Amino acid sequence: MPHIALPEGLPGITGGFAFRPETAKPMRELAHVLLHGPGTLSPGERELIATRVSSQNDCYFCQTSHGAAAAAHLGKDFDLVDRVKRDFLEAPISDKLKALLVIAGQVQMGGKHVSSESVEEARRRGATDLEIHDTVLIAAAFCMYNRYVDGLATWQPRDPAMYSSMGEQLATHGYIANETLQPA
Amino acid sequence: MAFRPETAKPLNELVEILLHAPNSLTPGERELIATYVSSENDCYYCQTIHGAIAAASLDGDEALVKKVKVDFENADISPKLKALLVIAGQVQKGGKHVTAEHVAKARAQGATDIEIHDTVLIAAAFCMYNRYVDGLGTFQPRDEDMYRERGKRVAREGYVTVSKEYLPATVS
Repeated sequence: MPHIALPEGLPGITGGFAFRPETAKPMRELAHVLLHGPGTLSPGERELIATRVSSQNDCYFCQTSHGAAAAAHLGKDFDLVDRVKRDFLEAPISDKLKALLVIAGQVQMGGKHVSSESVEEARRRGATDLEIHDTVLIAAAFCMYNRYVDGLATWQPRDPAMYSSMGEQLATHGYIANETLQPA
Repeated sequence: MAFRPETAKPLNELVEILLHAPNSLTPGERELIATYVSSENDCYYCQTIHGAIAAASLDGDEALVKKVKVDFENADISPKLKALLVIAGQVQKGGKHVTAEHVAKARAQGATDIEIHDTVLIAAAFCMYNRYVDGLGTFQPRDEDMYRERGKRVAREGYVTVSKEYLPATVS
């Protein structure tokens, strides 16, 4: 049961968003810019970063919804999403994305864990300053979203079909359209 | 922030609503929560600037801000704020650390659902801001007077207004 009286029937972050629309607005906009807006990293790559950080933070709702969004961007490749969560260094993704996932994992532990070596390595693999910035901020933002979702003890159904359709919707429309149904 | 105005906009709007906009928790109380979490995350810039904004909102009481960072249970603050700081400290460790007991204790001290919600989100948001600031290896000057002066300005004018000095007009 949620810690506070969140509106019923809204899974995960959508319950918090409906409870407090004032904070929902910038939180949605931030997710939209980071994950769905124009960028040199593909939306699928950015969703993989969000999914991996949410998995490290053990947030069921976020890793499942963003995993589904990543899969929707990546030809429904749920197996790839699982491999990135479990062992991204061995997953069939670019060396640049691997280096960025290393940085994201360090941000998850704490900002000071990001080393100049890991940033140099990402640069050697072709990452730009903007890509490094966005990776740090995606990882940091999911340290917020994950804590928000679990810290309120939101309702997180175990229904793969629900997450799959949510993922499709997020991949298509992003995070600021159709406001009541979408997670960040 | 200035490097990426597109993300600075929602980041500034979120902190404005959480810490500066009208609320049943005072700006000083909310800044103390932000300062405490930033201190737990060992972020020098965030704990110093938000500590300065908290002090500016609390008649310049810098000693109270320091006490809250090191030992809030024995600080001169309300039992309700102490119970909310316990929740904030749990969020800092991870969302699942918040238990029904922590929430019940805050409620017993008079905290409302929206105050509990905002405490969880302030703590969660500072787990983001702190990581963003330290994760990029930003320049964090050690000049307490600079933070003190800026703290007074932000306490007076809010985050969105002050951000206009470094963001292009089209996005701020």
